[in-house]
Amino acid sequence: MKKTLIDTNLQSKVYRGGKEEATQSYSTIRRGVDDAANKGRRMNANLYKDPTNIIITGVGGQGNVMASRVLAGMLVNAGFIVTIGETFGMSQRGGSVMSHLRVSSSSVLSPQIPQGRADIVIALEPVEALRVLTRYGNPDVAVLTNSRMVYPMGVITGDFTYPSLDEVRTMFEKLAAKSWIIDATSVAVDLGNPVLSNIVMIGALAGTSLLPIDRRAFEKEIAKSIPAGKHQINLTAFDAGAKMI
Amino acid sequence: MSKLLSPAKTEVLFMGNEAIARGALEAGVSVVSGYPGTPSSEVIERLSEVARERNLYVEWSTNEKVALEVAAAASFAGLRSMCVMKQNGVNVASDFLLHLSSSGTRGGIVLVECEDPGALSSVNEGESRYFARMLEVPLLEPASFQEAKDLTKWAFELSEKIRNIVILRSVTRMSHASGNVICGKLPEKFRTARFISDGSVMDPLRGPVVSTPVVIKHGLQQKKLQTAAGLFEKSPFNSYTGPKRPELLIITSSACFLYSREAIEMLGLQKRVGILKLSCTWPLPEKLLKKYLRLTDRIMVVEEVLPFLEENIKVAAMGMLKEIGMKTFYGKMDKTLPSAGELNPEIVVAALSKIMKVKPASLPAAYVKEIQKVAPKIPPRAQTFCPGCPHRASFWNINTALKLDGREGIVCGDIGCYAMASLWPEIGFHTVRTLHSMGSGTGLASGFAKLAAFGLDKPIMAVCGDSTFYHAVIPALINAQHNKADITFIVLDNAGTAMTGFQPHPGINESAIGDPLPSIDIAAICRGIGAKVAVSDPFDLEGTGKILTSFMAERGTLKVLILKQACALSPEKKGKKQFQVKVNEELCLGDHCGCNRLCTRIFRCPALTWDREKKKAVVDEVICAGCGVCYSICPQKAITRTEVAQ
Repeated sequence: MKKTLIDTNLQSKVYRGGKEEATQSYSTIRRGVDDAANKGRRMNANLYKDPTNIIITGVGGQGNVMASRVLAGMLVNAGFIVTIGETFGMSQRGGSVMSHLRVSSSSVLSPQIPQGRADIVIALEPVEALRVLTRYGNPDVAVLTNSRMVYPMGVITGDFTYPSLDEVRTMFEKLAAKSWIIDATSVAVDLGNPVLSNIVMIGALAGTSLLPIDRRAFEKEIAKSIPAGKHQINLTAFDAGAKMI
Repeated sequence: MSKLLSPAKTEVLFMGNEAIARGALEAGVSVVSGYPGTPSSEVIERLSEVARERNLYVEWSTNEKVALEVAAAASFAGLRSMCVMKQNGVNVASDFLLHLSSSGTRGGIVLVECEDPGALSSVNEGESRYFARMLEVPLLEPASFQEAKDLTKWAFELSEKIRNIVILRSVTRMSHASGNVICGKLPEKFRTARFISDGSVMDPLRGPVVSTPVVIKHGLQQKKLQTAAGLFEKSPFNSYTGPKRPELLIITSSACFLYSREAIEMLGLQKRVGILKLSCTWPLPEKLLKKYLRLTDRIMVVEEVLPFLEENIKVAAMGMLKEIGMKTFYGKMDKTLPSAGELNPEIVVAALSKIMKVKPASLPAAYVKEIQKVAPKIPPRAQTFCPGCPHRASFWNINTALKLDGREGIVCGDIGCYAMASLWPEIGFHTVRTLHSMGSGTGLASGFAKLAAFGLDKPIMAVCGDSTFYHAVIPALINAQHNKADITFIVLDNAGTAMTGFQPHPGINESAIGDPLPSIDIAAICRGIGAKVAVSDPFDLEGTGKILTSFMAERGTLKVLILKQACALSPEKKGKKQFQVKVNEELCLGDHCGCNRLCTRIFRCPALTWDREKKKAVVDEVICAGCGVCYSICPQKAITRTEVAQ
């Protein structure tokens, strides 16, 4: 055990409700800044790597943020500490979007994954997977991507070329230890709404067994976060994804 | 049940903004106001969802200054209140903030301001921390999600203790990031409002709320700040982690704490480098600072944008030089860290490895080579207006009218998604020429219109969105009308504060919590000041074009054109197509048309793509929003549209 001094001022007092009192009710503060305070957490599963760094990427409007919330919710329910970093707002209109998820049994981490340190990349769009790999990839990374292409404006205008799916596959082989390319959008379109692609991808992720998530965990999470009328269609999308792996 | 109302002791995943909202609820906040702005908007959005259950009054105000006034009234009446805005908003609110901090407050009041280092969703990376120093009020900066909740709650207690407003500063990577938070108790009782003002002017709780007598009240305000500094000395929100005698001390705050901690771990420097995390950053707790500055001779200050913390620490260190001795400081001032753009773990790793003379781990050379081979094959994905965006049609109209006019008219821009037309010119057909703060486009147009006497005789236009109109355009518009500025002023009315997530504004007939409210008509306001007003649908290219042409021909007055069409992402429109749009392959002449691919090269709708094999335009039906505008632009009439039954 390394000798580390942690001086959180926790013995001090703060002013509350008209009088000074001990900071007992603020003891949760340490959870955010001090790993020692997170000892003894009960997790009902294990990570193959701690922390596991996951990047979910795609194009604005593909349901990236929702996918990251659902996945993170499942992992928090399993007892893990999850830190998500994302950007949304004007910056993402029609642009590339990325959510960084960091799953740990002990630490609150930086909401930005350092370069070269992604463990799993989930992409709703193929070149977005490549874009993420060139910045966050490493020889051990696993990639799961939707094959449906969304052409950037520069490709539509003819200023740039979009690589073929075969080229993408070859690049994955060079840049990732494992890769899966699935046509999640077609499945989602068959289910009636292309935006379900994100849930098909989450189902496929569960199918890869990279993370301790399964159908039950998904069911439990959407019961909290998705309106009841949409549970069945989401479960169907999840199952369809899981079968694609 | 909203996640925000989770029972005490449960652990939930909160976005930083949700954690701030929960902290306010735990503090028993009664009144919350603000103006939308990324990355701050979710604080009020989430609170508005629980307003009824928690007996809250939640308001989207017309602008940040009014919002702060609304919140301050609640404080004067003994309630706890909170005002939320992005960094630019503090500039708008600052005039009132100066006077408020001088008069003092009663019930706990917290100004939550969310900054955007790196300008991920802003047109500046303005710093608002300096307002705390300039206006002499306390500044708090949470460094984790748990702390975002706890510190917000404590901010109300601090405000009530010193009877002055407290600023809580967040950043994009805190507000829009998420993490585990353990909930505390929600209060069971709600306060009642009572405003007492029958005492003497010197009575902070019973007198009139004023900043006079100025010198005495100013002295009092400075004493309050000293009281805050005293509380900060012992605050559990400031903490040190590291060895007893570190070789280097990092002093940091906010998201930079997480970057610094990760950087130390990545370099394996846990036994050599310590971190003093300050969440109470103004006024500095000097005794606490002294205790840790004594530990070592080398200090690195890690913070985003300007060296606010660094400057203050250096000034404090000068005052205690005898006791702590000479120090070497690393930070922005010696260029160890950049003072523009946001930080991340890699930037801190680079700085740390240089100072500590250690090498960061790197990827295998063969892998880096593969990356270098792949990178050039990835097409860039520039931002663009969404499929079906009314702004694309509006700028098409404006640009076409200007081209037909031929006098190279000048268009001044404003703040909203439509600002992209000035940031990335090809998106808005190279139409917009200036972009500054909210409402400034109209003020600038008013000024440009007066330059004809100096030889700049061109048609002058300004564009602004509906929410921006209410926020800051009205005074500029009155100025233009009163001073006979010859401008064509165009409101891009897309039915809500679209860029930040469709928050209502005074033109929408409902409140933040969905209660009915009277809407205030933009056209009526403009007619009321005497301007000539027309309303059109930007998707009607022909009709809109005619109005613009006639407006530009009419000299010497203010003309207002309101282009009404809801945002393609608005809840009422999203996913519903008005038209089924197709390209008739027999009519499309492709590269042989002579239009230079007007549809795919110039109009630039992401749903209108190019079939490389057939060499003809094609509609991507998954992406197409069904606005049908491209039907009007094809010179060959090869794009067909059929109305979809609703």
